[in-house]
Amino acid sequence: MSGFDENLLDEADETVRVRFVVNGRKVACEVAPRETLVDCLRNELELTGTHAGCEMGACGACLVQLDGRAVHSCLMYAVQADGARIDTIDGLSESGVIADLQAEFHRRNALQCGFCTPGMLVNANELLSQVAEPSREEIRDALSGNYCRCTGYEAIVDAIDAVAKARNEGGSAT
Amino acid sequence: MSAPLTSLDRPNSYIGRSVPRPNAKRLLAGRGRYVSDLKLPRMLYAAFLRSPHAHAKIISIDIERARALEGVHLVATGADLAKICTPWTGTLDHFKGMTSSPQLPLPLDRVVWAGQAVVAVVAESRAIAEDALELIEVDYEDLPVVVDIDGAREAGGPLINPGSANNICFRSQLDNGTVDDAFAHAAHVVEEEFSFGRHTAVTLEPRAIVADYDPAAGMLTVHHATQTPYQFQDLYSRHYGIPEARVRVIATDIGGSFGMKLHVYHEDMAVVGLSILLGRPVKYVADRIESFVSDIHARDHRVRARMALDAKGEILAMDVLDLTAIGAFSTYPRTSVVEGNQVIRLIGAPYRFKNYRASLEVIFQNKVQTSQYRAVGHPIACAVTERLVDMAAAKVGLDPFAIRAQNVIADDAYPQTSPTGYRFEALSHQACLKRLHEMMDYDALRAEQAELRKRGVYRGIGIAAFVEITNPSPAFYGVGGARISSQDGAIVSLTPSGEVRCLISVTEQGQGTEAIISQIVADQLGLAQEHVKVVTGDTEVTPHGGATWACRGAGIGGETALRAARALKRNILEIAALILQEQPSALDIIDGEVVDAATRQQRLPIAEIARIAYFRSDTLPPGTQAQLTVGHHFAPQGYPFAFTNGIQGCSMEVDVETGFIKVLKHFIVEDCGRVINPMLVDEQLRGGIVQGLGAALFEECRYSETGQLVNGSLADYLVPMPMEMPDIVIAHVETPTADTELGAKGCGEAGTAAASACVLNAVNDALTPFGATINSIPITPAKVLKALKRF
Repeated sequence: MSGFDENLLDEADETVRVRFVVNGRKVACEVAPRETLVDCLRNELELTGTHAGCEMGACGACLVQLDGRAVHSCLMYAVQADGARIDTIDGLSESGVIADLQAEFHRRNALQCGFCTPGMLVNANELLSQVAEPSREEIRDALSGNYCRCTGYEAIVDAIDAVAKARNEGGSAT
Repeated sequence: MSAPLTSLDRPNSYIGRSVPRPNAKRLLAGRGRYVSDLKLPRMLYAAFLRSPHAHAKIISIDIERARALEGVHLVATGADLAKICTPWTGTLDHFKGMTSSPQLPLPLDRVVWAGQAVVAVVAESRAIAEDALELIEVDYEDLPVVVDIDGAREAGGPLINPGSANNICFRSQLDNGTVDDAFAHAAHVVEEEFSFGRHTAVTLEPRAIVADYDPAAGMLTVHHATQTPYQFQDLYSRHYGIPEARVRVIATDIGGSFGMKLHVYHEDMAVVGLSILLGRPVKYVADRIESFVSDIHARDHRVRARMALDAKGEILAMDVLDLTAIGAFSTYPRTSVVEGNQVIRLIGAPYRFKNYRASLEVIFQNKVQTSQYRAVGHPIACAVTERLVDMAAAKVGLDPFAIRAQNVIADDAYPQTSPTGYRFEALSHQACLKRLHEMMDYDALRAEQAELRKRGVYRGIGIAAFVEITNPSPAFYGVGGARISSQDGAIVSLTPSGEVRCLISVTEQGQGTEAIISQIVADQLGLAQEHVKVVTGDTEVTPHGGATWACRGAGIGGETALRAARALKRNILEIAALILQEQPSALDIIDGEVVDAATRQQRLPIAEIARIAYFRSDTLPPGTQAQLTVGHHFAPQGYPFAFTNGIQGCSMEVDVETGFIKVLKHFIVEDCGRVINPMLVDEQLRGGIVQGLGAALFEECRYSETGQLVNGSLADYLVPMPMEMPDIVIAHVETPTADTELGAKGCGEAGTAAASACVLNAVNDALTPFGATINSIPITPAKVLKALKRF
């Protein structure tokens, strides 16, 4: 981050070129230094599956995977993610890695308006990659950074619980 | 369970089945299309400068520097928008004597709450628009601030609306039977004053709108995250003077609404005006702090109530005063007095006493408006009633179940009229009570509670019966002059390839409207659900109707779809009969095939009928005009509302050292009439209960003495999280309404209606050994410790 002409720093249209690997593809874009990663994903890259709910890291709607770990894309600037591998709900859907979670959420209606759902799935995937068979209590604990205003959470806990068990048995949830 | 509408072993019998929502797969793949995602060519972005004062005169506004900023297209003040938008007033005729000041998108000379939008900036990005806000200078002169209920009612105190005699918006009184006499002769009287804090919807997607005015066509298109597109089509048309047919409102996926997104917001009206002024699409999405300071809040009631009983515990009378503060205006077009009105009319609803008196006073104050949010008034009416019933039970020496069993209206005593004027067609309190008692394993819970108390563990058990208002007729808004429809419309078509498309006026916010409509249509027509496509939420496409609110989607929208599907089936069978040279009555449709009604033998696919009707009408008998598109409207008749009922129970533990409350398990027995999709009903109940538990334990919009909201963020305002919420056990009793063929009533508010009452009773039950009581919601740890005199 060097080589800027000091005089340009005040300009509102100052942008920085950043490069990521997003959902397996190399992308480059020009972002303002103040642009958050979630805004960059949604506005510049048109990946609107990632949502902004509180813009302060409380609600979890903006969770994405950054170099394989779930992070709040509202809590970092796009420039901070320069060079990172980013996977959003769109990429996780297309690659099929969360297909069992999605199917189980669907079967149990573990979503209503769907606005929290992408973040919820990113977090559920993170949990199951860390803990093979979490207890219901552990699932509830892990999800406590993801607000859902519609479901009351129980169906979400049930769905994740069922997928964890099915993954351990080597089958798919039924 | 009631008899099924169609036999569940019949093919395509979907009514009563838990089938997943077809439209949920998109949302799971991140392919929802929310208004906040929308980007249109040449679109600009609006941001609003907001008042830092709760009450102040606007002396001057300097917008020159903002206007000069590169990328800024328009800076508009109240005066600019007042030139093109007519004012609105949030009153309705059937609330006699209510007043409220006229409102404009942005104020002309005075701000009345902290956070009110004052100046709009439209720019090439939201960031530039926000940069420009910082360059605007507004000079204010402070005016006296009216924050709390007592201050607002003080004689000679400051007035919110100049020229008015006081800060009263509306007063109402009910007086039925001989209340004074009943209290004079009562063996027992219980009395309490309750307070209910303000809380708000906190939809995860904030309010979002894209207004797109095309001056060449004279056409306004508004992509609006709302429950009620037709209501807004009408309002935008009338307030901006655009013919209704040239206003289109599209409500796509919506990230939660809960009643909050069907009111007129100043910013939303402004955005429409900004688009008209610019001739370009303008987008506005509230950020979280803006949501907290400008979305409607709800509740904010103080209720003093007493109940008279005879020596055996029979309820004789209730006497109630409800004071509620609603902000500086009454919300448009549904007003801010409906909640109070429902509080005083729903109090005591499960019980058969006849002497009832209530006064309601609705008061202005310098805060953001309150209005209808999920379970309007119900949680307050329910908490007041059910807490008094528990207090009475303790006084008379009855168990909470026993006193309720003694006093609820008997299941075989319907129809009944409540002392507040509500007419109940058929409710099932006795059946629900009995079921809850079994489901909770009540006696075992009580035994466990007693055992644990010996060890210093304080568990509480609470129950709360409720009555819910659903399927509202024109008695709700129409009679008051509001252009809010109580009917819904559906257009059902057989497509050329033999599928069915249903365009319907009820809308989807995730509760499963489209799913249940497709279930009903598929069931009634006789084809697989995946061959029914349901379209909602676009005034240009779907017929005019009330849409989804007040628990009317299933009961009214569902009935509309049912009747439309039956009409289309008749038309299909008429053509089939001509082709097959049969009587239509000898034919039926199963799984998309016309069959012999008696033998179920397949005769002809409906796709073939569609093919002939659309492409080879020459082969039909002369004079035949196939009508494979049917429009149908249905307005509820009979009872003005379809009331539902149920009862909730909960078991919880209070940590008497910290004041923390852990809800261990929650129970509900609910009767919403015909259940169309049990899984979706259960999920409505669970979601509703958790919102109610949030209100009971955590949620409150807290204000400073100067009228500043002090917890307007998701870090400060507590929304229930998974860790704090219990598993919820659900059972149903089904008492279908006889007013419709479908028999469905609503279920969306039931969970929220009684959850806080249930918690209030359980906490008080837990604190019984200490002689401590709580009468205020939310029940925070500080309030628990205060009640225990430990804080």
